[in-house]
Amino acid sequence: MSIKIAVLAKQVVDPDMPPSAFKIDETLKQVTTPSTIPPVVNGFDENAVEAALILKDALQATVTVISSGTGFALDVMKKPLSMGADELVLLDDEAFSNTIDTFSIATILASSIEKLGGFDLIICGRQASDWDNAQLPLGLAELLNMPCITLGKKVDIIDDKVRVERVTSEGYEIIEGSLPCVVTVSNELGQPRYPTLRGIMAATRKKPTVWNTGDLELDPDTLIPKVQLRDLFVPVNTQECEFIEGEDEVDAAKNLALRLREEKLI
Amino acid sequence: MATQEILVLTYMKDGSLEPSGLELLNPATELSNQNGMQIGIAILGSEDESIAEECISKGADKVYLVSNDILKTYNSDAYVHAMTQVAAKIDPSIILISRNIEGRELAARVAFRLGTGLAQDCLEVSIDKETNRMLANRPVYGGSAIAIVDCQSDPQVAAIRPKAYEALEADTARTGEIELFEADIPENVIKVHTIETVAEEAEGIQLEDARIVVAGGRGLGGPEPFEQLGELADLLDGAVGASRAAVDSGWIPHSQQVGLTGKTITPDVYITVAISGASQHMAGCTGSKVIVAINKDPEANIFKDAKYGIVGDWENILPALTETVRELTQS
Repeated sequence: MSIKIAVLAKQVVDPDMPPSAFKIDETLKQVTTPSTIPPVVNGFDENAVEAALILKDALQATVTVISSGTGFALDVMKKPLSMGADELVLLDDEAFSNTIDTFSIATILASSIEKLGGFDLIICGRQASDWDNAQLPLGLAELLNMPCITLGKKVDIIDDKVRVERVTSEGYEIIEGSLPCVVTVSNELGQPRYPTLRGIMAATRKKPTVWNTGDLELDPDTLIPKVQLRDLFVPVNTQECEFIEGEDEVDAAKNLALRLREEKLI
Repeated sequence: MATQEILVLTYMKDGSLEPSGLELLNPATELSNQNGMQIGIAILGSEDESIAEECISKGADKVYLVSNDILKTYNSDAYVHAMTQVAAKIDPSIILISRNIEGRELAARVAFRLGTGLAQDCLEVSIDKETNRMLANRPVYGGSAIAIVDCQSDPQVAAIRPKAYEALEADTARTGEIELFEADIPENVIKVHTIETVAEEAEGIQLEDARIVVAGGRGLGGPEPFEQLGELADLLDGAVGASRAAVDSGWIPHSQQVGLTGKTITPDVYITVAISGASQHMAGCTGSKVIVAINKDPEANIFKDAKYGIVGDWENILPALTETVRELTQS
């Protein structure tokens, strides 16, 4: 029996761009990026692709990558395919544009998952590096009436159960859940594999399935945001750093210790 | 029509009230001062009236002690079920939940199950005077930007970042009601089970509790320098922290990671060594009273938040700093 795995992946602005390139259009309430900095697949979602591919290496499994948004950079979104995923489904519609409202996005993704006939396992990154909501996988699990296990660093399927090593503040715990299940993974899972030349060639030939609101037969009322973005701005920093100097670095270090002592901080 | 109540959802942990539960009575009080609603707090896994009294002294008007044997230990499915049950019964206008390690799982599921939206990871909440609805202030883009979000659906739910608010001082003159609530949790709602728990946290003072934290980053280049950081931390009765880059390199366990995907700490003094200060890291430490930065790049982001800094090579600075601290603390 083959296991059906879905991976949810989001296209985001590159979080590793230089801080000087990070700008906000406060009227549009959007982050604007120079065209020289292309978008990327959300980093934790690449960990999710890796988790799915590890399972595919060991078991008979198909891996479908699903992304909701608009204005996709196809070469960017094909990266999971070149890593080894089987198919790509893009939910592309103006109405799906990036929003801080997770409920509407979860509704869109849930309807696509039902249209695809459901999955045994849905793997997601722990959070997206734009809104840092860390709530879509949990909300999706609720809409699909599935359990959800978060922050996985290792994901296994044993018989009809998923077993996850979940990162905790003290270490980790081993959690087992019944299938179908939503699992989120964290960077502790390890480096995602690099695309192989063969993978890149195969990805070039693959055409994504593209669906819009009509294809998903979505009631527009379900996309009315429940949480709305009122303002978006870069915080102002008022801290002035006092640079401690000395004859050399050793002397500066001594002066720092003395200064901290003087301020009764140590 | 929802009742005029602000409801804090919290639970017992290791025999006492989860600390952020009391913190949440502070933003609840601020909201109440603005919209006149009363404040309820539901505590999962407790029948202890002395805990209820403490909540009343620190801001609650009503305490719901939610009992069921299953709630004695944390299980996300059971907790979501019980929290949703209490919330549905009370039907509050506003719900506040901590975005602590458990809250990261609970808040979104409770909100979705109630068919409403969630303002995630909030630093501050308030009531909009015009619409009388809740507004939340929250960092996004790894802390590079701040978003103000409007809660449009009912109930209005916010997950508050731990330590964003302090618990209020106890006022024993305050009075309130205590209600017992027996949760009904059918076995089949529990679909996930914890098989084993593995602790790998460093010994000594815990990172979140330390008054002084000494942390290192990618620039340290390997695991050995963390021993030097440990030496300085020991002299100061502090703990050692790290950036995600150092953790991902395997130089130090994840339990010591400070930042957006690690721990949020609020020490009196946070000494960073060879940490550039990416916004994702700063998200975990901007609550520090004083940040001290040692970095060879004068343009490093960390200096924007630091009160004291040295531009230079940590290999020269750290041993000299440690020696001077040793002389000062032992004299």
